[in-house]
Amino acid sequence: MTPGKATILEPPSAVPPAPTPAAETCSRSLLSVTALSLNDVSAILSLATQLEAEEPVARATRLARRRIALLFYESSTRTRTSFELAAKGLGADTALISSQSSSIEKGESLKDTGITLRALGAECIILRHLSSGAPYLLAQATGLPVLNAGDGMHEHPSQALLDLRTILRALGRPEDAPGETLLNGITVSITGDILHSRVARSNALLLPRLGAQVILCGPPALLPEVARELGPGIAIERDFDRALKQSQIVMMLRIQKERLAGVHIDLDEYTTRYQLHRERLRAGAPQAVVMHPGPMIRGLEITSEVADGPQSVIAEQVRHGVPIRMALIQRALEPAAGPRKVRAQAGAKKRGGAA
Amino acid sequence: MSAILIRGGHVVDPSAGVDAKRDLLLKDNRVAGIEPAGKLNAAAKQEGAEIVDAGGLVVAPGLIDIHVHLREPGQGYKETIATGTAAAAAGGFTTVCAMPNTVPVNDSVETTRWMQSAERNPSARVFPIASATRGSMGEALTEYGSLKAAGAVAVSDDGKPILGEAIMHQALAAAARAGLPVIQHAEDTRMTGGCSMNAGALAFRLGLRGMPVAAESSLVERDLRLLAELKGGRAHLHIAHLSTAAALDAVRKARRNGLHVTCEVAPHHFILTENAVGEYNTNAKMNPPLRAESDRRAMLEGLLDGSIDCIATDHAPHAAHEKQQEFERAPNGITGLESALGLTLELLHRKHKVSLSRLITLLSTQPANLLNLRGRGTLAAGACADVVIFDPKAEWTFRAAATRSKATNTPFDGWTMLGRVRMTICEGRVVYRADAEGNRPANG
Repeated sequence: MTPGKATILEPPSAVPPAPTPAAETCSRSLLSVTALSLNDVSAILSLATQLEAEEPVARATRLARRRIALLFYESSTRTRTSFELAAKGLGADTALISSQSSSIEKGESLKDTGITLRALGAECIILRHLSSGAPYLLAQATGLPVLNAGDGMHEHPSQALLDLRTILRALGRPEDAPGETLLNGITVSITGDILHSRVARSNALLLPRLGAQVILCGPPALLPEVARELGPGIAIERDFDRALKQSQIVMMLRIQKERLAGVHIDLDEYTTRYQLHRERLRAGAPQAVVMHPGPMIRGLEITSEVADGPQSVIAEQVRHGVPIRMALIQRALEPAAGPRKVRAQAGAKKRGGAA
Repeated sequence: MSAILIRGGHVVDPSAGVDAKRDLLLKDNRVAGIEPAGKLNAAAKQEGAEIVDAGGLVVAPGLIDIHVHLREPGQGYKETIATGTAAAAAGGFTTVCAMPNTVPVNDSVETTRWMQSAERNPSARVFPIASATRGSMGEALTEYGSLKAAGAVAVSDDGKPILGEAIMHQALAAAARAGLPVIQHAEDTRMTGGCSMNAGALAFRLGLRGMPVAAESSLVERDLRLLAELKGGRAHLHIAHLSTAAALDAVRKARRNGLHVTCEVAPHHFILTENAVGEYNTNAKMNPPLRAESDRRAMLEGLLDGSIDCIATDHAPHAAHEKQQEFERAPNGITGLESALGLTLELLHRKHKVSLSRLITLLSTQPANLLNLRGRGTLAAGACADVVIFDPKAEWTFRAAATRSKATNTPFDGWTMLGRVRMTICEGRVVYRADAEGNRPANG
């Protein structure tokens, strides 16, 4: 038996998941939050802060004229615009390809689309796709760094990172604490259509690693029991009011009508049980921070008073999207330049604070 | 026809209870004799037989795969009867039964005959399995009597279930009258729309819709109920590619109650689990999907305790561009003909100490019995001269790129296999021969 390679001598339970076939994906890609080490998370947060503070003209020299493709198979407002602004903020040229106005409509495959973009000089592809796992295929097919801007029901890693930044800022907690303690003692409830939500998966996979407890809340049709098995630090609570009472962070999700696939939801009943409105918030979590990744359906999962109210940081979430995505793009294209500077500066800052 | 004397090999033929060193003489595409060393020398000399030295090798009836997709007619870009049976020969198979989900669906005497024509240039014997309903649309039965007369050995709508209760009832009754088994692809498709892997925690994490175990087991249970209602008739229900403990339990129970139900399992379902999907590896996507470890173990136990009748590969070749798609878009299926023996020897024989005789029972004797393939799966005098000769101790690395199939969609690329095919003889003709070192010849 040749060692190393998976053989059937071992029971398959001991065999690691099949290695990614042949082609390697670029390590500077961001396909899933699970691929980020805690050091990576800290480095991205620091880099975001550094880039945000940089003088815009200087910042725009970092990736001057580098080519970044935004490949969007699904509609998007926040994610697309903030990735585009982030790329431009670093001086990069961007090209937007959307499925409605490209050869994708003529049946061109994802692989060929990726190879075409690479041939046109793209050095990084930011992909939103309706099919879970599509970014893995694109990364393998092109060998380029790929940033997952939301794939099907799988993940939305940049959203989880900007949510993390929003949470830390809203709670006034330091961003340079050791990764595993960043969210110690914090309970985050995520309520709504968990089943179809890539935002829920990315947050539930990331936040517990940073010390948080995550409570998932929703009816069984939108939150199967199996969701608990996403990882440690995840609990399911069907009663929204009970979930609120435990939460410092209340994250609301939209019902994804486009992915329901036959699941019938009684919206009146749903609203009664799971809508976040002023009275419920006041009773259950009067101090909590309210978040929503958007798009919101006002009057369904959340009322306008709450969305626009003093506890809401929904607009902040959107604002944090740009620095986080600048950091991800910088990391994808110039991994050596960014983090090294950041560490030096973070150290200097710490010493300065102590003095 | 020429004659071949296979000398000094360890003959394993469960049908005749032979498991010993014997010489085997093939003549005019029949088995002429099986005798202790030397006793056939004179007869062989008289026939001018080619002498094959099988010292240290196993000589067994050619393997039989009752579940393959050869893609012809209509999808020759994936596989042809010629390439699929060439892969079969390289894997030690001398007989394959071809499922009807071709283009058009094999629901006619013409297609059934076309598939068996010598013009297809096969390297193994092809027995078509005709569709159970016209166009496999699940509405009207095909003509079982004439399809059987044309060479079909079973009926099935494989790739799809025979879903309607009334039409399944009719199919079982009509097939019983014609003396054909009904092979069911047991999947209640009302539970599996948009699904691309096994339901469970992994599917949830990957954001993929999952096929529940109940989609298989509930349809098996429904069919067993229909079979029980037909009791007294001679209906034979065969469950294709069984993958769940729940469905296997239903089959066991029905058998204890005297129903004529049989089942097969594919190597990937007793070797791999859903974990092989990893990061959306489309070569681990098939239907039924790879299941949880408990189901995999149940398949293994079913093979060990005899409640699973045979191993069938569900060889399902696809073009590379079809598998290099988004996981949910990529078609189901993997190739299997060239890896089945090596995987089975490794896992069942070496690891779980299953005897070679039992292994040949699962890969040759029983498949022949299930579909009434007379003169196949046996080396009794007068049987078809279908023989596989393999080195049971040789280890080798399976390379998808070296396959004789048109397709390379396998999760076993690079795996170490046990047991290398040295020669395959189909109806007296050498259809595969390894080189002097026991390796696959460069050109084939």
